[in-house]
Amino acid sequence: MENRAALKYKPSRRNLKYNNLLKRNFFNRSLTILSYIFSIIVLLPLFCIIFYVFVKGFGQLNFSLLTQLPEPPGDDLSNAGGIGNAIIGTFIVTSIATIISVPIGVGGGIYLAEYSTGGIYSRFIRFGTNVLSGVPSIIAGVFVYGIIVSTKIFFGATFSALAGGIALSILMLPTVIKTTDEGLKLVSDDLRRGALSVGASKFTTITRITLPTAINPIATGILLAIARAAGETAPLIFTALFSFYWSDNPETILEPIATLSVLIYNFALEPYEAQNQLAWSASFILVMILLMLNIVARVLSNTKNDFNSINKDTNKK
Amino acid sequence: MSDGDLNKFIKRNRSSSERLLDKSLQQLASMMAAMVAIVLISIFFVVFTGALDSIGRYGLKFLVISEWNPVIDEYGAFTAIYGTVVTSLASIVIALPLGVGTAILLTEDILPKTIREIIGLLVELLAAIPSVVLGLWAIFVMEPFLRPFLILLNKNFGWVPFLSTEPIGPGMAPAILILTIMILPIITAISRDSLNQVPHKLREAAYGIGATRWTSIFNILLPAAISGITGGVLLALGRALGETMAVTMIIGNSLNFNWSLLAPGNTISAMLANQFGEADSSQVSSLMYAAFVLMLITLFVNILAQWLVKRLSLKY
Repeated sequence: MENRAALKYKPSRRNLKYNNLLKRNFFNRSLTILSYIFSIIVLLPLFCIIFYVFVKGFGQLNFSLLTQLPEPPGDDLSNAGGIGNAIIGTFIVTSIATIISVPIGVGGGIYLAEYSTGGIYSRFIRFGTNVLSGVPSIIAGVFVYGIIVSTKIFFGATFSALAGGIALSILMLPTVIKTTDEGLKLVSDDLRRGALSVGASKFTTITRITLPTAINPIATGILLAIARAAGETAPLIFTALFSFYWSDNPETILEPIATLSVLIYNFALEPYEAQNQLAWSASFILVMILLMLNIVARVLSNTKNDFNSINKDTNKK
Repeated sequence: MSDGDLNKFIKRNRSSSERLLDKSLQQLASMMAAMVAIVLISIFFVVFTGALDSIGRYGLKFLVISEWNPVIDEYGAFTAIYGTVVTSLASIVIALPLGVGTAILLTEDILPKTIREIIGLLVELLAAIPSVVLGLWAIFVMEPFLRPFLILLNKNFGWVPFLSTEPIGPGMAPAILILTIMILPIITAISRDSLNQVPHKLREAAYGIGATRWTSIFNILLPAAISGITGGVLLALGRALGETMAVTMIIGNSLNFNWSLLAPGNTISAMLANQFGEADSSQVSSLMYAAFVLMLITLFVNILAQWLVKRLSLKY
């Protein structure tokens, strides 16, 4: 019976063939091509920027450039000096920001993930973290200008490396809190129960079990926050300002300091060729540092931690 | 058994020092969490009190007057507000199809997985380039390259008010493009993540009833991922509204109002970056007022983003 019914129906070969001209197939193919084109348009600026930063920045790069001070614009039309103090300045300011934001951020993340019970306080803190991460970076600069620079609260210092570092730490804080919170939430509750059941205190559980387990995502988040802070300019232009001198003793954290990003900003807008060239060289160094930090962060986030892999295995079973 | 062995089984009470340690860690962590709230509230407080003088003097008129003149001490932020809103919205309009299109290519199986991963990585690296470097590139590479096209645009469509001035170099149009480049990685990454989260079953069901790839994308996948994509777009809008350096370097920082996108303009953040360092007291107050307006706009956009993501997310 069934066979006969099947024979009655003669399958047409045309129907099963992929027909290029069919409206839906044409539509389908052209949209796929369009998505290729869109992706190329998205990637084009990246290649173009990397290319120009490499060609214009790397071409002029030499060792003396990295060790010299920048020349004030207009003094010497052929030579703009180097970016030595700006490299050190970026390092100092970013370090200050890291020293401030990491303990606070990790502490806040520990509170949210380990102690909070989903009450109104923790919901407010999570909401606040999101809002803080959306605050424009220039506003952080305005804020620090308002409470530190204009009030001269630190020993009468106005524009200073310390003020710049504090402004950057405000931008790092939400990232560090969020990644700590999310990293700790990924730690399996079995580990916490196990630790508590053998008599460990909450303190021991957190410092010996959960934090070491979540160290990879937390370190990734901190590195990404540092990378973002090191490239920021807006909060620094009226907090750290700029300097044409070395910052070579501890007191200089209360004085204006040069950073790579502000150097690029200031020198890009100068009418002199030599200064513009120096901005390109500084861009090359800055982009290299940031790409390196990003790649290290990515490698870190991809390496599996022992604890986590054990967890996944047991969960599967 | 000896006494020592038995002691192992006696219930151990925590010593007071251990309990103190426990309590103090909790208190410390709670205090660190409170820092977020303290910082956030004090940012609002400092900017608001700084702006009070100007708020008292100009009131809401500040938002609609376009004259910003430090010489005669008259301030109105309309030029900057117009620039901020227009550049951000225009860049979103350009970036949305590009970003979502790329996200679709990255989540569909059109290309082999390794190639998709490399493209995804490259898009994320684009986000790592600091805005001041983008600004430098915009000044010396993008804007000179773009100018002939903009001049052509002005010649042919000069009757449109938005294209009515001759491009002279820096202006709103290059600023829009550089903003587009800056927010593309955000839109792409968030759209990709939310498309990835759509359950595989939905896609299979669509293919099962004979939908083509793009029919299922438009009718199944994009509607299912709409909450994430909308959230991403609003986050990108927040970033574009507050973006400072690249825009400051390329927008021209003009204090004169002009409807045209080809003319030099200004944004709130660009104005802050340019004038804040060397402003006197009443100008500082007006700048703080502008900063406060910017903060309210970005706060509104961010809260809307969070609310929409919660509201629109579909439950499967």
